[in-house]
Amino acid sequence: MIMMEHVCKSYRIAKRNAGFREACKSLFFREYEVATALSDVSFTIGDGEMVGYIGPNGAGKSSTIKILSGILTPDSGRVLVDGRIPYRDRIEHVRQIGVVFGQRSQLWWDVPVIDSFELLKDIYSIPKSGYRQNLEELTQLLNLEELLRTPARQLSLGQRMRCEIAASLLHGPKLLFLDEPTIGLDAVSKLAVRDFILKLNKLHGVTVILTTHDMQDIEALASRIILIGKGRILMDGNLSDIKKGNADIDETVAELYRSYNI
Amino acid sequence: MKNDCSFIKLYWHYVSINVRSMMQYKTSFFLSVTGQFFVSFNVFLGIYFMFRRFPEVDGFTYSEVLLCYGVVLLEYSLAEMFARGFDMFPGMVRGGEFDRVLVRPRGEILQVLGSKFELTRIGRMIQALFMFVYGIVKSDVTWTFPRALTVIFMLAGGTAVFSGLFLIYAGICFFTLDGLEFMNVFTDGAKEFGKYPVGIYGEKMLLFATFIVPYALVQYYPLLFLLGRRNSLFYMVLPLLAGAFLFPAMGLWKFGVRHYQSSGS
Amino acid sequence: MKYLSFFRMRFAVGLQYRIAALAGAVTQFAWGFMEIMIFKAFYRADASSFPMSFQAAVSYVWLQQAFLALFAAWMMENEIFDTIVSGNVAYELCRPVGIYDMWFARNIAGRLSRAVLRCFPILAIAVFLPEPYGIAPPASPACFALFLLTAALGLLMTVSFCMLVYVLSFFTISPAGLRILFVSGTEFLAGGVIPLPFFPDKVRFFMELLPFAGMQNVALRVYSGSMSAGEIKRAVLLQLFWLVAVTGLGKALCRLAEKKITVQGG
Repeated sequence: MIMMEHVCKSYRIAKRNAGFREACKSLFFREYEVATALSDVSFTIGDGEMVGYIGPNGAGKSSTIKILSGILTPDSGRVLVDGRIPYRDRIEHVRQIGVVFGQRSQLWWDVPVIDSFELLKDIYSIPKSGYRQNLEELTQLLNLEELLRTPARQLSLGQRMRCEIAASLLHGPKLLFLDEPTIGLDAVSKLAVRDFILKLNKLHGVTVILTTHDMQDIEALASRIILIGKGRILMDGNLSDIKKGNADIDETVAELYRSYNI
Repeated sequence: MKNDCSFIKLYWHYVSINVRSMMQYKTSFFLSVTGQFFVSFNVFLGIYFMFRRFPEVDGFTYSEVLLCYGVVLLEYSLAEMFARGFDMFPGMVRGGEFDRVLVRPRGEILQVLGSKFELTRIGRMIQALFMFVYGIVKSDVTWTFPRALTVIFMLAGGTAVFSGLFLIYAGICFFTLDGLEFMNVFTDGAKEFGKYPVGIYGEKMLLFATFIVPYALVQYYPLLFLLGRRNSLFYMVLPLLAGAFLFPAMGLWKFGVRHYQSSGS
Repeated sequence: MKYLSFFRMRFAVGLQYRIAALAGAVTQFAWGFMEIMIFKAFYRADASSFPMSFQAAVSYVWLQQAFLALFAAWMMENEIFDTIVSGNVAYELCRPVGIYDMWFARNIAGRLSRAVLRCFPILAIAVFLPEPYGIAPPASPACFALFLLTAALGLLMTVSFCMLVYVLSFFTISPAGLRILFVSGTEFLAGGVIPLPFFPDKVRFFMELLPFAGMQNVALRVYSGSMSAGEIKRAVLLQLFWLVAVTGLGKALCRLAEKKITVQGG
């Protein structure tokens, strides 16, 4: 179970002024601006839920993911994931979660994908039998058979994303964060990724938190939607709650953004 | 103890994947190795021609200086080979790859160390070995067990000191986001100017290199012991003492990681 | 005219990196200081073997550090290598300007803007250091004028040599390897590792005939008046000769490279 209570987070951004004197001055004294990323964010997510976390760029989506995955420490508020405080018990916590950053790769570029997987096996200290079982299942579900012997740099974006997702699941986490997993993928790959996530949730009851700008992802995957804007939770509900009649999902969400003025 | 075992095993796994990656580009690898050789060859030539003109400097002869430079270059190249990940750390923070490090259940230092193993530095190490051997032979060093041990201590301590400097450089990145060019004085500069025994730079520099950044502990003092100018065994263990430099470096690094986690820069 | 605007643009961009420049100046100051300590140790060891006055060596080091951006062969523009390796250079060829002249202007501007930012803090401190560790004034007004002339020629030579490396990268599979070989060779032969007067006379005679000697060695020595009028005349003529030769070679190779690109499509 994931619980966030009254979580706030703000960043200090160094101001940069023009002019030589200002530049010299800023060597010694820096002026800061405070930018609020999250203000009073609270929600609870139960085991086995699939949640779509949406909002415009800069709304605070990735700050939330970073706090939940132990990368960031919040300024105030309480965060509990299965009884762990992510940023305090970081190592213990990340053993149990999987994270996919859609824009970044965790595979070694020049060696076959399977070599990266073997390294992950050692990083997560996955026992041999569990590793073999997970690898077999992921290979089958994501259709990786032919990709495993190929260096990552030779894979297409879609093929690589399938491998990335497998890499994040080798240690069998109960909780999976997907940060824009379908960005830039072609139609076939998108469908394959969505299909896999659904299966994963059904077969193993993995909790999935997904951020995306692709509303078809949301429609296909998320039974629950959390909308964030300017650091605040604006809406927390079902897709059917916001959908009016037969309106297209993109239009529905655009309408939603407009109504909250974000 | 089981934990330590898997630590070393994991590190070698990182090394092997690094080497396999590099071997995908064999031509480029050999060119880089050759390049590394040439760059430091210049420094050697500089020493060679200076000693064509001067018989000695501050009581050190040509072969003794080569011995000194050989050891320093070995220390530095070893540190670069193993701790290159810290040298390239600004890019890792800017590219967001450090986030990936934080979502894995291992220490950050081990993961950053493993992110890069720079095998091309053997180009430089080969040259360093030549100078070292030449220096040993021509300086009439008679081998004794303590002296052999001193060389090993120097290599270990020197690698630790330079790695510590890379670690500090990386630690500063958490606050500035960009590497500080000034740190080059302590890393590149120490390699460059470490070619001569620290003593020739004067009293104040020697004090600095003894108590602030302990270059002299891995270069000057044990060198005096090797050359038989000092006989106290204390000089022999000084390089190990220099390893303590890693502690404040790690402290700064840990402080930086905490800052990163609270600032999200 | 259009090359002038390339020049001005690059110059303005260079001036933006003030903090980096300040950090660089501090680094170079420390570097120069250590360099001088080495000379001092050798001077102590045997003053009679010293080929110039200690003061002249000190001035040499400070000027070298202050104007590093003008003469250091290793300060090449990565962006240019990137465009060549990535093949984006084809876009540059679409512009109605000569690629050689454009890059030449760009390099000069880049180096000047860096040097302007870095030289003043270094010189300002070096002037006030106690004798003999500070930089001495030029030996005479004439020496200073000759310094400016030979430094300008040296800058042009350095850039024309860098141009040769850029252009040669069109023909090689490993620009990085080529660059390292070129840079380390040039550094040494130009007197970047130890000043040319410190070499044995026979070696030095040949080194001074090579194009590299004119890059920084001449200007830095003219400043403290350690070259005779005849030597200066010979050095300037050599500078001019090599400048024309290297630039000519670079331009010819550049034309060849352009042909190669348009024929083979990069």
